Order: sequence, then C-alpha cells, then structure tokens
Amino acid sequence: MAIILSGEWYDLRDLANPIRELIDALGAPDAVDYVLWSLIAALAILIWLVVSVIAFIWIERRLVALMQNRKGPNRVGPAGLLQPIADAIKLLLKEAITTRDADRILFWLAPIIVFIPTIVVFAVVPFGESMVLADLNVGVLFLIAVAGIMTPAVFIAGWSSNNKYALLAAMRAIAMLISYELIQVLALLAAVLFIGSMNLQAFVSWQDEYNTWLIFILPLPVVAYVIAGAVEINRSPMDLSEAESELAAGYHTEYGGIKFGFFYQAEYMAGFAIAATVTTLFLGGWTLWGLEEWIPGWIIFLGKLYAVFFLYIWSRGTLPRLRIDQLMAFAWKFMLPLMLVNALVIAVEVVVWEETGASRNVALPAIGAVNATLAVILVIGWARVLGHGSGLQRGYRATLTREIGKIYYTGAEVS
Amino acid sequence: MTTYVTGIQLAHSIDGQFPDAVEDGQPEFAVVKSDNLIEVLTWLRDDPDHAYQFLSSLTGVDRIQWFEVVYHLESFKHNRAATIKVRSDDRENPSVPSAVPVWLGAQLQEREAYDLFGIRFEGNPDLRRIFLWDGFAGFPLRKDYLNLPGGKRPGLERFPGEPGDDLSGRGTK
Amino acid sequence: MTIKSEPFVVNVGPQHPSTHGVFRLRLTLDGEKIIDADMIMGYLHRSMEKLAEERTYTQNIPFTDRTDYLAAMTGNLAYVIAVEKLMNIEVPERAQFLRTIMAELQRIASHSMAIGIFANDCGAWQTPVMHMFRDREKILDLFEMACGARLTLNYMRIGGVSRDIPDEWMPQAHKLLKELPKRFAEYEDLLLSNEIIIARSRGVGVLTPEQAIAYSVSGPMLRGSGVAWDIRKADPYAAYDKLDFEIAVGTNGDCYDRFVIRLAELRQSLYMLEQALDMMPSGPVHQRLGTSTVQPGTQPIAPLAFRPPVGEAYGRIESPRGELGYYIVSDGGPSPFRFHIRSPSFINLTPLKLMAIGSTVADAIVILGSVDIVVGEVDR
Repeated sequence: MAIILSGEWYDLRDLANPIRELIDALGAPDAVDYVLWSLIAALAILIWLVVSVIAFIWIERRLVALMQNRKGPNRVGPAGLLQPIADAIKLLLKEAITTRDADRILFWLAPIIVFIPTIVVFAVVPFGESMVLADLNVGVLFLIAVAGIMTPAVFIAGWSSNNKYALLAAMRAIAMLISYELIQVLALLAAVLFIGSMNLQAFVSWQDEYNTWLIFILPLPVVAYVIAGAVEINRSPMDLSEAESELAAGYHTEYGGIKFGFFYQAEYMAGFAIAATVTTLFLGGWTLWGLEEWIPGWIIFLGKLYAVFFLYIWSRGTLPRLRIDQLMAFAWKFMLPLMLVNALVIAVEVVVWEETGASRNVALPAIGAVNATLAVILVIGWARVLGHGSGLQRGYRATLTREIGKIYYTGAEVS
Repeated sequence: MTTYVTGIQLAHSIDGQFPDAVEDGQPEFAVVKSDNLIEVLTWLRDDPDHAYQFLSSLTGVDRIQWFEVVYHLESFKHNRAATIKVRSDDRENPSVPSAVPVWLGAQLQEREAYDLFGIRFEGNPDLRRIFLWDGFAGFPLRKDYLNLPGGKRPGLERFPGEPGDDLSGRGTK
Repeated sequence: MTIKSEPFVVNVGPQHPSTHGVFRLRLTLDGEKIIDADMIMGYLHRSMEKLAEERTYTQNIPFTDRTDYLAAMTGNLAYVIAVEKLMNIEVPERAQFLRTIMAELQRIASHSMAIGIFANDCGAWQTPVMHMFRDREKILDLFEMACGARLTLNYMRIGGVSRDIPDEWMPQAHKLLKELPKRFAEYEDLLLSNEIIIARSRGVGVLTPEQAIAYSVSGPMLRGSGVAWDIRKADPYAAYDKLDFEIAVGTNGDCYDRFVIRLAELRQSLYMLEQALDMMPSGPVHQRLGTSTVQPGTQPIAPLAFRPPVGEAYGRIESPRGELGYYIVSDGGPSPFRFHIRSPSFINLTPLKLMAIGSTVADAIVILGSVDIVVGEVDR
C-alpha cells in the first residue's frame, strides 16, 4: 500500500513486489519472474479500466440525467450506485444470440478485436513518474498504430451481422475513422515536432521541465485531437456509426448480451485511451506544477483524464449529430488544410527557436501567442473562405403576419 | 370568416360553364356527373372566380344504393369552402375518375377510399391498399361488409336500450 | 472493368427509434442517397371510422382522443364542432373560452413534443425532449385538474365541455403562464442558432408553396412553405375571433422553417392564453339540447345519446399538426352514418416521397421529424 501512494516506482511491475519474495523462494528462473510481474502489472491496468468503466457508466448516466432534468439511475443500491453492476450481470446472463445469416466466426471475433486495442494502448501511458508498463521510445507511434485496429473491428462487426443498418453504419465508420485518423496523426505530428521525441514520458518531463502544458503552446492540435478522438470513440456529435435515431444501434445492432457488453465497454475504454493521450501529451500528464511532490502522480493523472473524459459526456448531453457528408467535409475541407498549415508553422517555429537560441522565458510565451493568434485567424478565416456564416448557415425566426392567404415564400436561400 | 358556398350556388355556376354536368344541388353540396368530374374540378381549381386550389379532404360514403366520393375544397384566395360530390351506382365495382391530376394531395386519400370502400379511382398512378394488407377480403367500410344476419346493417338503429320501431329507410337520403 | 452494383433497400420501421410509432418507410438507396421511398402504414389501424358507426355521437368522443394522442383536446374539439354544426347548436360563451384555452394549452404541449423530437431526430440525444417534457408535464397537470385525465382527455362534449374548471385552476394556469416565457426564451437561445441543427435542417426537404398547396399539406408544413393560412384566423371557431394573434410563416419551405414556426407558435399560443384567461366570462358550460332529440330518461345536458337531423357536416380546426377535419353524415339515427377523420398527419405525409428522394437517410429522418406525424392519427 505504501508504495502505491509514495510514487517511488521503478515501473508498474513494482506492483508485484509483495509476491516477489515468494517467487524467489520457489527458485523459479528469472524469465518466469519477468513474465509474471508484467502480467500482474497488466492485470492492474485492466482492473483499473474495468472499475473506471463501471464507475463511469453510473457517472455518465447521472451527469447526462442532470443535463436532461431527470434523476437517472437511483434505484439499485444507494443513489443507484449498483446499477452498472446490475447491468453487467444482466448482460452476462443474457443469451448470446448469433443471428442466422451472420458470419459466425467474424461475428464472434469483432467484439474481441474491438476490445484489444483499447486495453493495449494503456501499456505505453505513464500513470506516474515511473508507472508505465512499457516505456517505448516510439510511444506516440504505438498509440496511433494500435488505435487503428478499431477501424477494421468496427467494420467486421457491421459486415458480419448481415444487417442493413449495421452495414451502412460500418461503411460510415470506415469512411469517418480513416478521415479522422489523418487529423489525429497530424495533430500528434505537431506535438512530436515540437517536443522532438515520441516517448510519452519525454512529453511529460518536457512539460514538467518547462513548467507549462503543451495545450497553451499548441491549442489547435489539441482541439483537433479531441474532435478526432470523439469520432474514433463514436461520441456525439460524431456518433454517426451508431446514430441511434437513424440506424437503430449502428454497427452493433445485432449484438446482444455480453457481446454488446464488450462493445459498450470498449467504447468507454477507447474514450479513456483518448483522454489519457490528451492528458499525457497536452496536459502535463502526471505533473501538476510541483504538486506531484505531495500528491501521488497517478491521482493527478486520473483526475486530468476524467476531466477530459467529462468533455465527451458533456458533448453527448448537449449536441445534435452531424450528417456524414458534413462530417467528411469538416475533416477534408476544414481540418486537414488547417492541420497541414499548423504543422508547417510549428516546424518553422522549432527551427527558429533553435537558430536564435532564445531563452525559454521569451520563446515559449512568444510561440504560444503566435500559435493561439494563428489558430483564431486560421479557423475564422478558413471558415469564411469556405462560406460559413452565410446563406444556409444562418438561423432566423419565423415571419409573423396577420394577413391570411398571402404567400411569403422567397426560396432565395435554398439552392 | 370562411364563406361556405352552398351546393345550389355552386351547381348553378358549374351549370353555366358545363351544361349537363350537374346531377344535383343540395344546400350542403353539389353533385357532379362522373364523366365530367375532372373538367369540372380542373375548372373549379383554375377559374379565378373560384380558385379552389386546396383539396381539403377526399373521402367516400356508402349510401347503400350508391357510392359517393366527397371533395371538400378550399380557396385561399377568396377564403371560401365548397363541397362537391360524385356518385357511382355500381355496387360491385364502383369507379370514379381520379382527382390526382388536379390535386396531387388526393394520392393517399384515394388510396384510403379504395382500401376501405373498394372505389376504383381510374387514373390514380398508385392505387394499392394502404391500411389493410393485400389480399384482405372485402372492403370494411361498406355497409354490407359483414352481411349481418336478418339483413341487419351495421349502425345503431335506436338509442341504446330503447325499445322502438325499426327506423326504415336509414341511409337512403 | 465495371463494378456490379445494385440498389440497397432499407426498411426504416416499423420498429425503429425515429418513426414515432409504427410507421414504416422503405427506402431504396444508392450509397447513402435515396432513390425511392415508399410509405407503408396501417400497423396501428384500428378501424375507428367503422367502430364509430356502431356508437352514439357522445360515445365517439373518446375515439377522437385516441387518434392524435399527443393532442387529444384538439381531436375532441374538431369532432364536437362537426356535430354541433350538424345539429346547429350554439355553445355558451364560457365553454367557448374553455375550449380555446384547452386547445391552446394542448398546442403548447404538442408543439413542445414536436420540437423536442425534431431535435432528437437531428441527433440531440434526448436532451431537448426531456427539457420540453418539463413544460408539457405542467400542462398535463392542468388537464388533470380540469378533467381527471392527462393524455386521453375526453373533455369536450357536444354543446360545451364536460365540466367547469375547479377554483384552483386559474391561479395554477396564471402561474404557468408566468413561467413559460422564460422557458421559451431558453429554447430559442439553445435551438434557433444551434449550428448543427441549422446545418442539418436548412435546405433539407424543401416544399415550394405551389407544391405544398397541390399536395394538400396543412398546418406548420403549409405555413413553413410561406403560405399564411391558419384556420384559427381564416375560419375562427370557439373564441378565436375574440383573440389577437399572428400567424407564423416561413420563407424557405425547408425543415428549419417548420421547426421555427413551431417555436414561434409557442409564443403566439401563450399570448392567446393570456388574453383568453383575462377575458373568460362566467356562466354555464353546457348547452341544453332539445329534449325531442335526446334519449328518453337521460340528461338533456351532455346526454349519452341523441338524434341529430338528417344531413352532413364537415367541422375543421387548426390542430397542432394541421387541418383536422371531421366529416359526419347523419341519417337521423343515434349513431353517425359515416364518420370520417381528415387527419393532418396522414395527408401531410403525401409529399414525403417528393421531399425524400435525392436526400440521404439522415435527411429522411429529419424530414419525417419535421412533418411531425402521430401514427395514431395516420392510421386511425
């Protein structure tokens, strides 16, 4: 217990310390130790994930209920706290139906495939100073690569169900995920360019050393990454591949019981993965301006992670959904050029900083100010260029009249 | 306030344009011959003095001796409403011309009348059953639909629980 | 090489979250684009028109609740107006005002639902609906105070209304009227300029006024196409001729117009309610029917059975969904010879195919949401 709170870690495998002596006494070879300790560390992450998901199912339902003027789950246990457990038991006990015309193997495989990347992502995420399972020096690349597995998994689910809603949703998912993965990569590219490393711990220590968060220096990539993340985890307003009001339940229409439970959990876990990435790369990870000396790093990290995840809950409770062509246009016409310009500007800034050798107290505020101004100018300017805010994009009130029989139709704004 | 044009007035003005087209003119409605129906309706829609651009309602009635189709028309221009009827005497296969060429809004309403009364609207591009399924036996809103024993027709003949005479001649108006 | 492709048929409904009941839309798709749309209805067909021929005129009033179950008051009102026209009954002043007040309250309740569901169809996950339910709940409470029911009200009677409102009703109504403007301002803030709602609904499902008139659409759909036509103004019934209000019309004929019209009508209904509550006269709420037509041994006030004269009448009102008409044919018996409902939901669906073809699946859902159908009224 003491070690968990102290933060004096070598890495996450220290969780195996209590049984280390036991294993040593048995005289097992070192290889067994190594595998066993890693497994224990992985198990710890998994347990944290599952507990978090269960907690957040309840938290999300209560929060959304708060936004919607209702009470939310409040019957099972105190304040409905046991509701997610009751749901989980229900899902486990339900018959696992495979529809007659489904492709049986793929139908079973999809929920498992969708589950894997969401867990594997956490291998490279630093929970604390040395609380990381695999301190890869290509951590960012690993994040992107593993998150990419989601795309085929969703398509497999939609296609193997042999359901038209599911197929439509799967096709939407493919189009969306591929487009927004590009945005995600470009957003991360900007950050990697600036830091000069792909190691996630390096990101955290950079932000710790320079005593700032990357979000203040690179505002545009953060926003882009959060939006692209919403697409990847199917959160409103980009939940087109689930699109409850159009396609019943989208790609998992035919899934029930625990198979549906897998998708449901994977959605939350992927959400945590996105939030963890944002926290680590842009929000200083487990550091909090020196406070990590007093509070264990992992508590700071989880606090930030949950705060980022709250954004997704919030948007789900408040925003309507876009149409597929609008979403694609947003990615290719709006975000992609912006992110390319942004990456170019950041590359130039990095070179200029290196060449001039300005002190950090001058360089960082200057770069932050330039990037923030640029973000505002680019977003507003490019929106204007694309014709936003005119014609069909303006809201208005109804015309009021007392005369009957007159026709007020102009149709001027409808092409 | 909408002016409700009486059937007698309407019958007179139709008679002025199409002699022999009017079958009857009652205070509530005017009856037009089935052969002239479409030209009368088109004229009522296009004539600036009438300008009944809006087909408010279209429905059928089984009058036992004959079927009739009732058109409730409305003019936004003059704020006027009028009622036109057309009769079909054939009990087995009643048919009247379709009003779809005049008002597109008649599409679903004609399908409904066909579904429930079996009135064929000649010229309706999509005359299928709408509420009941294909192959449903009979047309339920016809008065002889269930062939009740003793020649009884559906409908209350007297007050509930009241002993009394048979109200003969029901529905023959 | 040519790639073999074929159209893709998708059934939206009868079990689907966005068909507002058991309505089925069969869409033929080319990718996401709709190339053909077919409406299949009748899943909720209860044969009301046939059933009504077996019941007395008063017994038919509950049927009118169950056609448009989101606006039962206006259903009642249209039917009793048709029968009163048939029998030439003058309704007492107080009953007229009560009818108007109830109909306008019902319009607020129904439009609230329509706006919320429309936003839901645009993908706003339940939040607008739940906010709208807050007001609707209070209106339903008022209905409960007045007639004991909340949804299927059965409040109107031929010759008046079933009972007078209790003493506590007026303060409660005034309290609600004070609250509502704040809420409406909130909805307008949230929804009118919401980027995504605008992006989803502007330029979608356009009907020109010529098409709208030709297709016999009515209510907010007709007004959305820019035709200033409202039966409350054109042919005032109940106490509408004594009230001042404006008709909300759109200028583009798209889904957004239908939606802003409903928002504007909330305010107009409120304005009418304020006037009507101030002007409410005292007096009886029923008209005695002539004893000769009434079933012997029953009350001449709102009796169970009576015989209207031979003839026919078409009574129509502006329901929240459009022109709701009841066509009643009497043969002098105690039950209607023919009972026809001109239901706005049903007829407003006629141009659905026209509006849907060429748009996408997501648009079709928004268009259906903007038509605001109640399947009970479509199928009857």
